[in-house]
Amino acid sequence: MRRRLLPRPLLSLSVFLIWALITNAASLALLVLGGLLAIVVPHLAAPFWPEPPHLVRPLSALRFLAVFAVDIVTANWRVARQVIGPLHRLSPAFVEVPLDLRDPFVATLLASVVSLTPGTVAIDVDRQGWILLVHALDAPDPQALIDEIKERYEQPLREIFAC
Amino acid sequence: MSPLRETLIAALIVLGALFVLLGSIGLARLPDFLTRLHGPTKATTVGVGAILLASAIFFSGSESSAISLHELAILLFLFITAPVTAHLLAKAALHRQLPGTDVADAETPANDKREAPD
Repeated sequence: MRRRLLPRPLLSLSVFLIWALITNAASLALLVLGGLLAIVVPHLAAPFWPEPPHLVRPLSALRFLAVFAVDIVTANWRVARQVIGPLHRLSPAFVEVPLDLRDPFVATLLASVVSLTPGTVAIDVDRQGWILLVHALDAPDPQALIDEIKERYEQPLREIFAC
Repeated sequence: MSPLRETLIAALIVLGALFVLLGSIGLARLPDFLTRLHGPTKATTVGVGAILLASAIFFSGSESSAISLHELAILLFLFITAPVTAHLLAKAALHRQLPGTDVADAETPANDKREAPD
């Protein structure tokens, strides 16, 4: 019965939290409405999302978010300096990162993380060969960038979602 | 409002504005489409983030609410949508074969093997 009512507990929780954020959780009535949405929305979204990912290690996920936040700030600083510095010293490059993960949702997550970290934009995921195509603003050593993306982001994501 | 809080809010707004400015400078200075993509999609994460943080501090503790968390939702949606925009722009650039978008130049471990002397 519980599974029928809340097929995706984590998705329900996310919907409820986002509702609380948007409304600033100002009154009990809004919270009750948020609870209703948290029950209804996952049912409506189910057909769009046939294979939900399984969050296996929530604590690793928190650590990953912390690493990600620090990376965003440091990389922003680096890109800011590159943008006002001499441009001819930059070596922009396409880099193909061979992926070990095999889950469309986690691949999307990895691509988003790569895009949000300054200096790199994820352009495409080739789902035949599972290759992530990345454009880098400054990659004098492409192999180092590939290793960094795989070790720093892909490996933790694979552990968190067990894929 | 205490002077300390005012200073913090002002500092965050200036920091945020600075990063948004840097992003715009990047957009103007960088030479081709794909490198230009890096300017605005990047500096806006910290730029907008700092301004939103300032907003959260400003509106927390006011008469309407004890703590203001709208801003977290904005940041969340921004972080979900920004990579999609970058992805679509980049795909469009590849499709139209703009200068500097030749993926055949991509550096891969496999490419090295393929280019072995014949």
